[in-house]
Amino acid sequence: MKVPTMADMIAQGKQPEVLFWVGAAGSYDDRAKKISRAFVKILHAANVDFAVLGTEESSTGDAAKRAGNEFLFQMQAHMNIEVLNGYEVKKIVTCDPHSFNTLKNEYPSLGGKYEVFHHTQFIQNLISEGRLEIDNTSFKGKRVTFHDPCYLGRANEVYESPRNLIRRLGVNLTEMKRHKGTALCCGAGGAQMFKDAERGNKEINILRTEDALETKPQIIATGCPYCNTMMTDGIKFKEKESEIVVKDIAELISEANGL
Amino acid sequence: MNYISNVLFGVLLITGIGYFVNNIQKLVRNIKLGKSINRNDNKLQRFKNMAMIALGQSKMVKRPFSGFLHIIVYVGFVIINIEVLEIVVDGLLGTHRVFQPYLGDAFYGFLIGVFEVLAALVFIAVVFFWLRRNLTNIKRFLSKEMTGWPKRDGNLILYFEMVLMSLFIIMNATDTAFQEAGVGNIISQFVAPIFEVYTPETIHAIERTAWWIHIIGILVFLNYLFYSKHLHILLAFPNTYFGSLKPKGQFSNSEAVLKEVQMMMDPSVDPYALPEEGAEEEVPAKFGASDVADLSWVQLLNAYTCTECGRCTSACPANLTGKELSPRSIMMKTRDRLEEVGRNIDANKGTFKDDGKQLLNDYIRPEELWACTSCNACVEECPVSIDPLSIIMEMRNYLVMEQSAAPQELNMMMSNIENNGAPWQYNQQDRLNWADEV
Repeated sequence: MKVPTMADMIAQGKQPEVLFWVGAAGSYDDRAKKISRAFVKILHAANVDFAVLGTEESSTGDAAKRAGNEFLFQMQAHMNIEVLNGYEVKKIVTCDPHSFNTLKNEYPSLGGKYEVFHHTQFIQNLISEGRLEIDNTSFKGKRVTFHDPCYLGRANEVYESPRNLIRRLGVNLTEMKRHKGTALCCGAGGAQMFKDAERGNKEINILRTEDALETKPQIIATGCPYCNTMMTDGIKFKEKESEIVVKDIAELISEANGL
Repeated sequence: MNYISNVLFGVLLITGIGYFVNNIQKLVRNIKLGKSINRNDNKLQRFKNMAMIALGQSKMVKRPFSGFLHIIVYVGFVIINIEVLEIVVDGLLGTHRVFQPYLGDAFYGFLIGVFEVLAALVFIAVVFFWLRRNLTNIKRFLSKEMTGWPKRDGNLILYFEMVLMSLFIIMNATDTAFQEAGVGNIISQFVAPIFEVYTPETIHAIERTAWWIHIIGILVFLNYLFYSKHLHILLAFPNTYFGSLKPKGQFSNSEAVLKEVQMMMDPSVDPYALPEEGAEEEVPAKFGASDVADLSWVQLLNAYTCTECGRCTSACPANLTGKELSPRSIMMKTRDRLEEVGRNIDANKGTFKDDGKQLLNDYIRPEELWACTSCNACVEECPVSIDPLSIIMEMRNYLVMEQSAAPQELNMMMSNIENNGAPWQYNQQDRLNWADEV
């Protein structure tokens, strides 16, 4: 798969229109890597001139900041900002709402000012610019529910772009009781992804999976690699993996279009 | 003429209001113990927020039933208080229904009629509130932080309101002239027959007694606010005004940390340099918060504003799955500690004497802090713009940066980020391998 790096681009004297910030999950996590690849296929299909940082990308520091290590966060931020500003990056797109939030909201006061998009917003723009169309026959009539990632939804009030894309797939979008502003967290945020839960009587991802199961979905759509992991684990726990799939919106679009 | 009752009224009024003002000064002093933070930007947006959220109750109605009941009590409370103005003037001048001749019988009757209807509606709404709190199975009223004083406080407020509303109606029902005029006695006309068995003198005595208990009750209730969760009726306004205007996902970047990081990144700084002769010795900044004085004044205002409704806790994923964390409890504990610090200052002639306690551990335990997913559900839910999450995060900052007391797995995650730029232990050089896999 052709994924140009900023270093290559600059060597050829080119400046891509957008930087794809892959994020740690999208780079290393086996499940999330599929999302990165699906999104790249979409970028290619829409002839988007993009590049990644590759080995020059490093953790945004979001997990460190939420875990309480502001020091490590700011070190990471300074490092990344130096690289991004060095390449004169103006526009960033990412499939990870945590990177999206940090780059968009927390980097500017440290000197990193970019126009940042979540991939669902970016794809939405590609469609309105006429650069991409979504095939609405492949998933026609399937029951789909969307799990709002906290750092996309409540944190940044992006509720509509993922839903617009899902509707374009021709599916039957059914909302969970808790959705948009009242959506329940998948349990991964605030660095919980990297530790065991405190003692309690249930795992948060199980509770959220139960929310989703109430809508009797065939597909649970997500827009965050961490939510994806949590919901996938929840479906396995409920032994529903033969009936229900958990997919990122980028994967659904890439599949629908046969990319 | 006998001025005793006028003087007595004046003394009561001055004492009641004076004591309240004195307590409010203490409250302001306590809030000012917090760190400074600039919330004077974008005044127009701030006024809009206050108008929408506090005045307009926009977030209350997200839960329609309790929101509707609350609006009745809120509107009733505000409008009926117009009548208190007349009561105060009557009390001071020894007059009776002093506004009646100025407003004309019809308009005056209309006003009192509106007050009576509202009083009856408030009474009914408050009865519903009491039933919800005490006889139904609403989880947020049954949490463990809602036992003892917080539960009693909630009920006491409802009793206060029931009694005050009843007295207002009784006062009108036993005002014979008012009943005979028959304008504006929409509700009290149905209560008046109860008193017909008594002599006119007794009825008048009842009217006077109800009138006095009513105004004394209002003064007592005013002073009760300071000791109660009911302070929100005043503080909801400044609290929504000074609330954060940033996207909820944007956590503040610590200035103290920024200084350190900039120094580390600056190659011209000699880390082993001795301070210059005569240079002011800089106290090293404390990272994060372990006690109330480490929090900002807005966070402390948040704590006083919290009315313990528990909408935050009922939406908290950690709480819903049985963890110790309850955002409401974070706010209640912050206020409890702040009041303890305030009493300490009062007892020690204006200065705080170390009591060997702090917010962390003595009130809020690390187990609560580490259960948070930073999902902002609590912030989204709060009808008066309280931000429990910011307190949780600043206490985590203290645990990690001052005490290195993060859970072991988080320490591993953080050292991975430090070493290889990812929360997992992968080689930085493999970061683009995903592109070549199928």
